[in-house]
Amino acid sequence: MRSKGQGDAIFKGVTLFFSLSIFALTAWIGWELFKNSKLPMEKFGFGFLWEQVWDPVREEYGALPFIYGTVVSSMLALAIAVPLGLGVAVFLYELAPPGIGNAIAFLTELLAAIPSVVYGLIGVFVLVPVMRKAGAPYGVGMLTAGIILSVMILPFIATISREIFKTVPQTLKESAMSLGATRWEVLRMVTIPFSFSGILGSVFLALGRALGETMAVTMVIGNRPEIRFSLFEPGYTMAAVIANEFTEATSDLYVQTLIQVGLVLFFITIVVNGIARYLIHKVAKQAEVVA
Amino acid sequence: MKRFISITAAAGLLLGLTATAKSAGGILINGAGATFPYPIYSKWFDEYHKLRPEYKFNYQSIGSGGGIRQITAGTVDFGASDGPMTDSQMESAPGYLYHIPTVLGAVVPTYNIEGVGETLNFTPKALAGIFLGSIKTWDHPEIKSANPGASIPSKPIVVVHRSDGSGTTYIWVDYLAKISPEWAAKVGRGTSVAWPVGLGGKGNEGVAGLVKQTPNSIGYVELIYAKHNDISYGKVRNKAGKFVAADLDSVSAAARAKMPSDFRVSITDSPDPEAYPASGFTWLLVYRKQKDPVKGKALVDFLNWMLEEGQKSAGELGYAPLPPVVNGMVRNTVRKIEVK
Repeated sequence: MRSKGQGDAIFKGVTLFFSLSIFALTAWIGWELFKNSKLPMEKFGFGFLWEQVWDPVREEYGALPFIYGTVVSSMLALAIAVPLGLGVAVFLYELAPPGIGNAIAFLTELLAAIPSVVYGLIGVFVLVPVMRKAGAPYGVGMLTAGIILSVMILPFIATISREIFKTVPQTLKESAMSLGATRWEVLRMVTIPFSFSGILGSVFLALGRALGETMAVTMVIGNRPEIRFSLFEPGYTMAAVIANEFTEATSDLYVQTLIQVGLVLFFITIVVNGIARYLIHKVAKQAEVVA
Repeated sequence: MKRFISITAAAGLLLGLTATAKSAGGILINGAGATFPYPIYSKWFDEYHKLRPEYKFNYQSIGSGGGIRQITAGTVDFGASDGPMTDSQMESAPGYLYHIPTVLGAVVPTYNIEGVGETLNFTPKALAGIFLGSIKTWDHPEIKSANPGASIPSKPIVVVHRSDGSGTTYIWVDYLAKISPEWAAKVGRGTSVAWPVGLGGKGNEGVAGLVKQTPNSIGYVELIYAKHNDISYGKVRNKAGKFVAADLDSVSAAARAKMPSDFRVSITDSPDPEAYPASGFTWLLVYRKQKDPVKGKALVDFLNWMLEEGQKSAGELGYAPLPPVVNGMVRNTVRKIEVK
């Protein structure tokens, strides 16, 4: 009896240690990024966040074009992938005959397993010519990057949402049906509201992936550090500029500025996830009240 | 930064230790740096290992910037770079670093213009204008007058450049800075620059890919990359006024210029009448005072072999060998390396 209690305590201790190490790791990453970007902080201050010049020769750096590119390309990806992913999830859960449903589910999951450089190649060789025919002057650009990203994050939204739909109690749906609700009404009034927080969670998980995606984006976005409002024009993202310029960055200021770009990306990711947590929390509470 | 270096150093040490264990009693010499000469360096190290099995060279192509950082931090036995170190970088190194030129490379303009199949001639003014964005269409007089026979369309020019920092970019913009005061003032020289116009492609393959796909575009790639992939490229008018295509001879000829004794020099826009103007050295970075006598001797032995036998095999891979005058000067420098 006693040894069993001890085992539990050890188990608790070990798991607690593992959980806390996640905190420690996150804090440590943040600290290292912060500590290694002192030079640009002293030189540019917060102006770094809204300056638009990126000139490694004169060592003048501003991150706004990269922040803009990261946020816009990710939002474009979400705008395409959220309706598409939810549509896939609803079809798989509600409508598809089992054979077809499983095949599509498998293929959707397969999309998540394709390496991002392969997406980049598909982008360069298939999507870019199509975009050029569609009117984009270069083919590469913000919209091209958004479309490639949307395919990459689609499986996150589709598969997670489908799993969440499965958690909707059958009794709830059956009672709605017994009151005369159609399939669409059950979906709209029972299934989606019940799983809303989970869907939101999947969307933010997908957004996290989109914000940090590097290889596929740099291959199709055009890598131009300028803010252009046309989505056909080229842009640049934070992850892409780090990957592109880090190996040949020679001066300390240059290296540290790239690390600082990483710090900004880290912060944006944390803020996005924080908002996600908050929304999910809020929705979950509402659901409790309704229930 | 210090922490970062120490982590890299620790990782390097770990790599070094495991590699030493594997080579069982042999002498392992570690180096890191430029990606451009990687194919020829790995060939040399391989050949030299066959010749002298007790020496094993390990080279990691992490980029010139990384090479300079690592040799300065002392985590490798030699560095390699496509661009000379700046004075402040030289000062921050713990000892004097020799720049040892090994081979020459060149950067060539490659283009994809509707209806143009022949080799185009480019004047320095045309190239500077195109990359500055002041020449906007292909039928600009500066381009047309250099290519009387070609039917050049009146289409807007799409410029493609490297998005990643690279020695290739350094040679290209260094050339543009020499021939165009406007470029020197507005953009300047560096492994990455603030491009006035154009799209960025990652690596030679990224630039070549974009050029191939985008009608009426122009970009620049390494000569070797262009040769290995059968990409056609234009001729450039050199300082003597002759349109020259880049090849081993014209690139080698670029180094037949007045040479400072430390070799920290750009040889773009060479005055030699046969020279291809967008050419450049790539260097090994070696400390004058070698701390480890065994490794130091191995390095000096290798450098001497490289200057004799190594140079002969450079051409096969598309790298231009050092011209005899420069080769002699480099030998003198290698002699000055102090091994205790």
